[in-house]
Amino acid sequence: MADPDGQVIVGLEVHCQLDTKSKLFCGCSTDYRSDGPNTHVCPICLGLPGAMPALNKRAIEYAMKVAKALNCEILNESEFSRKNYFYPDLDKAYQITQYDKPLAEGGYLEIESDEGGEKKIRLTRIHVEEDPGRLVHMGNVERGKYSLVDYNRAGIPLIEIVSEPDMRSPKEARRFLNKLRATLEYLSVFDSEKEGSLRVDANISIKGSERVEVKNITSYKGVEKALTFEVTRQRNLIRRGQKIERETRHYLEARGVTQAGRSKEQEHDYRYFPEPDLRPLRVKSWLDGIVLPELPDARRERFMKEYGCSLNHARTLTGELKLANFFEKVVASDKAGLSPLASTWIADTLIGELNYRDMSLEKVEPAAMTSLVLLLKAGTITDKSGVEVLRVMLDQRQKGEAAETPDAIVKRLNLAKTVGDTGAITKAIDDAINENPKALEDYRNGEAKAINFLVGQVMKKTRGKADPGELNRLLIEALKKREA
Amino acid sequence: MSGEISFSPNDKYNAFLTTCKKAPHGSGKLAGVAVAIKDNISTKDIETTCASKILKGYVPPYNAHVIDLLKAEGAAIVGKTNMDEFGMGTTTENSGFGPTLNPCDTTRVPGGSSGGSAAAIAGGMVTMALGSDTGGSIRCPAAFCGIVGLKPSYGRVSRYGLIAYSNSLEQIGPMGKTVADVSKLMGVIAGYDRHDSTSRDKPYNHTPNAEIKGLKIGIPQEFFGEGVNPQVADVVRKAIGRLEELGATTVPCSIPSMEYALAAYYVTCTCEASSNLARFDGVRYGPAPDWRKSWHDAYQEVRSEAFGTEVRRRIMLGTFALSSGYYGRYYSKAQVARENVRADFNRIFADVDVIAGPTMPTVAFKLKEKSDPLSMYLADILTVPANLAGIPSISVPCGTSEGMPVGLQIMGRMFEDERVVDVAYAYEQEVN
Amino acid sequence: MVSEKDVQHIAELADVGISPDQLGTFTHQFNAILEYFDILDRVEGQGAVAHDLINILREDEVEPSLPHDDVLRNAPAKEDGFIKAPRVM
Repeated sequence: MADPDGQVIVGLEVHCQLDTKSKLFCGCSTDYRSDGPNTHVCPICLGLPGAMPALNKRAIEYAMKVAKALNCEILNESEFSRKNYFYPDLDKAYQITQYDKPLAEGGYLEIESDEGGEKKIRLTRIHVEEDPGRLVHMGNVERGKYSLVDYNRAGIPLIEIVSEPDMRSPKEARRFLNKLRATLEYLSVFDSEKEGSLRVDANISIKGSERVEVKNITSYKGVEKALTFEVTRQRNLIRRGQKIERETRHYLEARGVTQAGRSKEQEHDYRYFPEPDLRPLRVKSWLDGIVLPELPDARRERFMKEYGCSLNHARTLTGELKLANFFEKVVASDKAGLSPLASTWIADTLIGELNYRDMSLEKVEPAAMTSLVLLLKAGTITDKSGVEVLRVMLDQRQKGEAAETPDAIVKRLNLAKTVGDTGAITKAIDDAINENPKALEDYRNGEAKAINFLVGQVMKKTRGKADPGELNRLLIEALKKREA
Repeated sequence: MSGEISFSPNDKYNAFLTTCKKAPHGSGKLAGVAVAIKDNISTKDIETTCASKILKGYVPPYNAHVIDLLKAEGAAIVGKTNMDEFGMGTTTENSGFGPTLNPCDTTRVPGGSSGGSAAAIAGGMVTMALGSDTGGSIRCPAAFCGIVGLKPSYGRVSRYGLIAYSNSLEQIGPMGKTVADVSKLMGVIAGYDRHDSTSRDKPYNHTPNAEIKGLKIGIPQEFFGEGVNPQVADVVRKAIGRLEELGATTVPCSIPSMEYALAAYYVTCTCEASSNLARFDGVRYGPAPDWRKSWHDAYQEVRSEAFGTEVRRRIMLGTFALSSGYYGRYYSKAQVARENVRADFNRIFADVDVIAGPTMPTVAFKLKEKSDPLSMYLADILTVPANLAGIPSISVPCGTSEGMPVGLQIMGRMFEDERVVDVAYAYEQEVN
Repeated sequence: MVSEKDVQHIAELADVGISPDQLGTFTHQFNAILEYFDILDRVEGQGAVAHDLINILREDEVEPSLPHDDVLRNAPAKEDGFIKAPRVM
């Protein structure tokens, strides 16, 4: 019997839309998302009788850039094939894709493993294909009366990146995707912010059992969720002594569960054959002309060396192109001086606050962040006030209100540190001790916790403006006086 | 120069599916010339059906590249001609809208699949027309109706807008009363088109030249052997004799790959067709599906009702031949066979300039004479080799047998369309 | 040899349907044709398809799409700019 606690084995097939101007086989614009249905179509992507495909050169160049960045081998000759199946969103009733002669094979992507080190995930292949259109089901899929079709998406260029089953947990799968996304963005071939620009099918098994294919995962978080659900489901089946069926399941994003597909899907025969309207590609020599930009791993190393970032901070900061660029802009005026504070404040605090608000980094100007870091560095405000200033900044920008500079916020809210104003602090300390006789008694009995409690009380009274070092010194002085 | 011509022919032969009573024209090499178009070539704002009920009412929103070229040279598009549904047939009896009759004898078929175009010319309704040739569909009706038809080298004429039956085999080509007409029409439609990735930058700027002294003609034994009507073979041999009188010499040769060429042809075209014709589902165009049914059931119903028997047969053959487990045995083998056919032609063309023989093994069949599909397929045996190899081939009338026209077929080296035109022209000039 | 059941199955795969009264004749003719195709077993050689045309590509330039009316013009049914299709199940 299979072991319910056996190793999890995951492989991914990732479809990414390439960010070209025109579609893969016709001149229709790819910029369709804000327009009505069927407004970006022509005889070719509508599958009108007699229309013929004409291959977009940039799509091949982009795919080759990806292949080079992922260390793949470009095949001497590749070709397009027809994958035949019937579905109303498939305009020609076949998808032009690559089958036995893909553009590239092999390669790998390095991710952080669950054990903490770096780990290579091997790739099987990369091929180029066209996206189908989009179906809108009217009412319930089962009982709805009809479907509506929009062919605007039909013919958008996709690359499919197929990995070997080298991931060992849903978390690793998530990291693979994040790393892949970062790499594609660094290459300027992909825009992850476009809705539906990335779709994933995952193969998952528990060692010793059949594998299950999970289709239709459309978000980065979805991959981890869908796979975590599958791991639990499969382990439970094994525990109950049942067999895992080799099958295709669909991920239902809204419910966070996977559901068995219909049996008909299991028996697809796609009847591939070479697309007779396109000629083969022999593009291996183009590789020499492709100059890769700095990729996430190289940038991570540079961030550690050049800015003294910790491994974790460097990983976070370079894990997204926009974030890495943002960081470099923030510290540009004084790399050595600003980097230590900026890396913590961006990688930890800012990211946390943005995620909490579901807010995009683009709304924050690097210059404002630089000002905030400068205030912290100069000791003008405490860390606590720094967080408050940041929150005000983000709120204003999210709500589209007039954005104040950090200096203006500090001034308006009177957050400047009360350095030297020992009177105010001394008064707050006296008040805190007087209001909490129990704490004083605890202190007298030698309980160190009491000091922390009183620090908190004083902080509250000074609204965080007190310098923690100074506060500590004054508090202990005051307590010692009262001991006497 | 631009204007309009009236076109209201007395179409006794059912040559046309659509006629344009007032056909506008411009100026240019074909100014005011009435040209009929096979109904599988897309014409903007003119119904284009491929003679199939599944495309009844379909009005393309765009022109095939050749139509733009014709219009740019002033031609008047006067109508769309009947054909075997989607080009699948050798008689034009497989039309969803009734057969076309042979103007030479209305009890006989005009050949196919471009039977409407051939009948429109033979019946005197137009002097030139476009057809398409996947396995003989221009040359067969040209031979059966006593007119001239050229299948160009693969890639010389853009296929953009030609409703695909078998992409790797077919070409649009000119048909006409005379070789000069065919040559003139070829001059207008040939040339590079960026919309067709198989297109070649080989424009045709040629005036036929009847001088063929010193020409070497290969005579393949397979074109005069079993299955070829002896009287037809005789007529063609005599015609080749006339070419010898004009100074050509003949060399016997053999095309061993013809043993399996027809099988390779039918495997290839049915495979490609099964995929090409899958898009006809009644969603973007075509007859409305039954909304009460689910997609799959509605799709199947539309297709089983609107496709004719032969079309369904070929879709099924192709579906079978491409299915897993059979691909290697059929499709792959057929592609190897094609390479062997090409190699045979290359070998022969190292020694000779053109290859000549009958276009069809017989004269035009009686209507409904060929009811068995396989025996119908066998009639294409002499025309499919040129499609498999991609080489140019022309059929020119060369006499009669049983009172019916016989076609002389002349095949040439890849992209030497000019030469096959010249040989046909030399023959035509000699006999007229 | 393919059986009537096989032919029925192929008709399903190809979504062309076949009526019970046609099935017998169809199967008979189908087998005759397949038998003729058997001659391909005799084909020798590995001749990979020789393409002298390679790398046929176009530049990534946007060209006008079809006017919306032309897109919908041939569709039997449409709704709010969409093309209507039977329910999928």
